[in-house]
Amino acid sequence: MYKYEFLTALREQLVGLPKEDIEERISFYEEMINDRIDEGKSEEEAVAEIGTVDEVVKEIAGDTKLVTLVKHKMTPKRSLRGWEIAIIIGSFPFWLPVVIVSFVLALVGFILLWTLVIVTYTVETALWAGSAMSGISFVMTLSNGEPNFAMLGMCVMALGGAILMIFGCYGSTKLTIGLTKRMMIGIKAAFIRKGGRK
Amino acid sequence: MDAQLKRGVLDVCVLAAIKNEDSYGYKIIKDLKPILELSESTLYTILKRLEEGRMLIVRSTEYEGRLRKYYHITDIGLKRIEDFKNEWKEIMDIYSFIDREG
Repeated sequence: MYKYEFLTALREQLVGLPKEDIEERISFYEEMINDRIDEGKSEEEAVAEIGTVDEVVKEIAGDTKLVTLVKHKMTPKRSLRGWEIAIIIGSFPFWLPVVIVSFVLALVGFILLWTLVIVTYTVETALWAGSAMSGISFVMTLSNGEPNFAMLGMCVMALGGAILMIFGCYGSTKLTIGLTKRMMIGIKAAFIRKGGRK
Repeated sequence: MDAQLKRGVLDVCVLAAIKNEDSYGYKIIKDLKPILELSESTLYTILKRLEEGRMLIVRSTEYEGRLRKYYHITDIGLKRIEDFKNEWKEIMDIYSFIDREG
């Protein structure tokens, strides 16, 4: 990919950022490519070292706060005229449900994502509780003079399960945190790419 | 590494790269390469943050018919490096306490 192609594609992908921010970033990348070319690299090599446009957009998304992106999208480019404000206020029965539904959908997405964690922790708690309960029951049968070894077996099995499940909890938490991070970057990248108004 | 800690360390690394003489983006990346791999986007964010914190100033200078941005460290920036070194000394004391035998 040539420098001009790269910078044009990048500019198109960054529409969701404030205008002056876009220009500053573009000139930053342009300088980075030019410096590599001056060092003796070919134009394609220099561009390749920067990464693909997609990678750059994702990195920028990772570094930018979601609030900043949303704020930029919400701020009108010019002050609104009286009748425009009137229309926005008057049409709230239409746009308010859309806003609420999008918010709830996003929330449901995050809850679904975290379900695996909730489930593993619930199972973990249940196993500890089960182990403790059957242990206590065994001790009670022991004091009766008729030890119930099935209870002892259950206690040991649940204990083993609980210890194994610690790895399950650790794994599910790590996985979900990773997925949540990637989801956030995806959401932010979408804002950067399509958030701007033409 | 903890994100907050990493951010602080990266900021000071970039300040250290411009401490002795003014430098430009690509040179900073090359100078830091032996100790850490810094992507362009990350460097951009760090430079922006340091500029906002008035730890460096930016000036565009003509170089071979195009503009190149040079970064110059300010007194606040120099102080940041010194503060970091002092903080690090404290952390090393704590580390040796944690790491002591027995």
